[in-house]
Amino acid sequence: MGLETKLQSIPAIASKVEFFINWARKWSLFQYPFVTACCGMEFMSTACSHYDIARFGAEFPRFTPRQADFLLVVGTISHKQAPILRRVYEQMCAPKWVVAFGACACTGGFYDNYATVQGTDKVIPVDVYIPGCPPRPEMVLDGLMKLQDLIQKEKLDEHLWHPKYKPLMP
Amino acid sequence: MSIEAVEKIKVRFPDAVEEAHSQAGDDTVRVTRDSWFTVLGFVRKALGFDLFVDLTAVDYLTREEGLPRFEIVVHLRNMTTGKRIRVKSRVPESDPSIQSLSPIWKGANWFERECHEMYGILFKDSPDLRHLLLYDEFEGHPLRKDYPIDKRQPRIPLLASEERRFSRPADETPHGHGPGFQEKP
Amino acid sequence: MTVDSSKDLHTDYIEVMMGPSHPAMHGITQIKLFLDGESIISADVEPGYLHRGFEKECEDHRWNQIVPYTDRLNYVSPLINNVAYVMAVEKLCGIKTTPRCDYLRVILSEMNRLTDHLTCVGAAVMELGAFSGFLYFVKARELYYDLMESVTGARVTYAWTRVGGMRWDIPEGFEAQSYAAIKETRRILKEINGLFTKNRLFLDRVVDVGVISREDAISYGITGPFLRSTGVAYDVRKAHPYAAYSEVEFEIPVGENGDCYDRYMVRMAEMEQSMRIIEQALGKLPKGPVNVEDPRFIFPPKQAVYTTIEGMINHFRLVYDDVHPPKGEAYGYAEGGNGEIGFYVVSDGGNKPVKCRVRPPCFTIVAAMGKILEGHMVADIVPIYGSVNMIGGEMDR
Repeated sequence: MGLETKLQSIPAIASKVEFFINWARKWSLFQYPFVTACCGMEFMSTACSHYDIARFGAEFPRFTPRQADFLLVVGTISHKQAPILRRVYEQMCAPKWVVAFGACACTGGFYDNYATVQGTDKVIPVDVYIPGCPPRPEMVLDGLMKLQDLIQKEKLDEHLWHPKYKPLMP
Repeated sequence: MSIEAVEKIKVRFPDAVEEAHSQAGDDTVRVTRDSWFTVLGFVRKALGFDLFVDLTAVDYLTREEGLPRFEIVVHLRNMTTGKRIRVKSRVPESDPSIQSLSPIWKGANWFERECHEMYGILFKDSPDLRHLLLYDEFEGHPLRKDYPIDKRQPRIPLLASEERRFSRPADETPHGHGPGFQEKP
Repeated sequence: MTVDSSKDLHTDYIEVMMGPSHPAMHGITQIKLFLDGESIISADVEPGYLHRGFEKECEDHRWNQIVPYTDRLNYVSPLINNVAYVMAVEKLCGIKTTPRCDYLRVILSEMNRLTDHLTCVGAAVMELGAFSGFLYFVKARELYYDLMESVTGARVTYAWTRVGGMRWDIPEGFEAQSYAAIKETRRILKEINGLFTKNRLFLDRVVDVGVISREDAISYGITGPFLRSTGVAYDVRKAHPYAAYSEVEFEIPVGENGDCYDRYMVRMAEMEQSMRIIEQALGKLPKGPVNVEDPRFIFPPKQAVYTTIEGMINHFRLVYDDVHPPKGEAYGYAEGGNGEIGFYVVSDGGNKPVKCRVRPPCFTIVAAMGKILEGHMVADIVPIYGSVNMIGGEMDR
């Protein structure tokens, strides 16, 4: 943290370092596939040979939050599941991103009732929203490319703790 | 389907049977609540309906006054003859309890747990009536007709809009642009 | 004199929570394990992390509006759920569908059965470590997703059936594409058979693991490949034939021991039988209308809607007010990928159901899991749970 803040203050070096760090980060994303529901089928299709997420360097799922870069929330989040999602997010180390995959993860889908959280962004902060029920694999890859654009434009000290978000889990 | 089974139940338990019909080809018999366990024990042992297909409850809130509110419905199948039967029983709102079927069929327990948390029906002598599909602290019985569909019961406090991520300034966030888009000069 | 150090050993059971967010949990289920080292003393399966309120939504929507919700129940074979639901409503209404509709329902259901078994066995072998096997299975599955997309427009969730028929007919070139897909699938399945069926590593993991007896399975209410692996030849398609199943020839593969290997073999054999059914049904597909000609249930043709007043009123009424089944109740069922999926619908004559209950096949299997797991080791949970084919949408609804 200290090094990044210091480097940020020297613009000439900062922009070059930023470019390379972000380039490296975006082409080697390790996902945590938090798969709950039907969107998992399209996630499987995207990860396999036909649509091939491996060409983006993102094919390797890390099923532990400590080793993952981005949390891919696939499918509906129910109120029973919300604390688990929150805990997994808070266990991930910075830099981390969150992608909401599918209509249910974006806004709750067509389940507007007592059991469903109306969107993942009510539980954790989300970076990219991929709509669709379920989204086609091409849309998922498009969402991944938007995430890559987001990562490329980041500043060095972007991943200091998000100022307004307060952790819930100890 | 299994008219003979319904007839046998009527012969064996003449006081217990309240109604029987075969709408759409499904043989159905409605029995009194107190005879629930004995009738179903007979159905299992003497009539051989061994496959436990389903147990559920229906909430007839808007029915005529005086009729009990809930109706427990059990579907069974006889694996040797291939016949099916539906057995029902009415349960009033003032005392929503009925005998558990877990001693007769092993599969009944999970169905009863779900019925209990969704409708509030107590299954007497059930080995386990914890919450199954809802979280433990959930209050109320959501499948009852008087539970509003959009009543929210979050388990953890949810984020307010200013804590969400889209507080990033708009011109820094990449958006997909259509083919005719022109960058501002 | 030897010191008996076992008195100092602190022996206690460890409680481990496996899940809910776990790669082997096929979605989100939690298993609370009490372990003695690696052996499981008791296991308590806790479902419900994907409970989305299907039945409550059904009571708030009209009869045809429920069809998309049924898609998301068993989301690896959605069309079978659609078919089972509309069959329940058609049974209540007393509608007899057209022969072409019956055959199409059979063809598309069997394609969905193929996607179900391909996904189930693919995920199971992936969790055992054979990732390449998963890639082969998903490659075969893509062929059927493309076929379903050419008919319905969607790859995974279709909402294709309506009370009284289907949305519309199959397109040109569907038969040719299906035959090509079946030929390619047979080739892929042959490769997969070579990879797994006699593979010593695979056999050591799955033979004699997860055994359930016939009586227990029936008492729990288990149906489908899980029950057939114990030796009971119960298949809804043969026992209570619906749609056009009585007019096609196929066999029901049955296992002997009720272990994971039998379930794997039953599913592989069922895939071959499904392909046989599709070929026969495509050959015999009758011509004619897909939907019944009943203005109470099916839209009139667009020509009539735009030119006659009765057509327009009929269309408007069906869109606005939907169908009104007669008062009463019915239980309609079909053979899903996991077993008998049944819908118990209760109507009071209105356009929304009083109750629409789905009888989930994997609910009963997971209920038995706690009992099956006792005595096994932690590593055995993976093949056992993989062979259960727990689909969260169906179990938790």
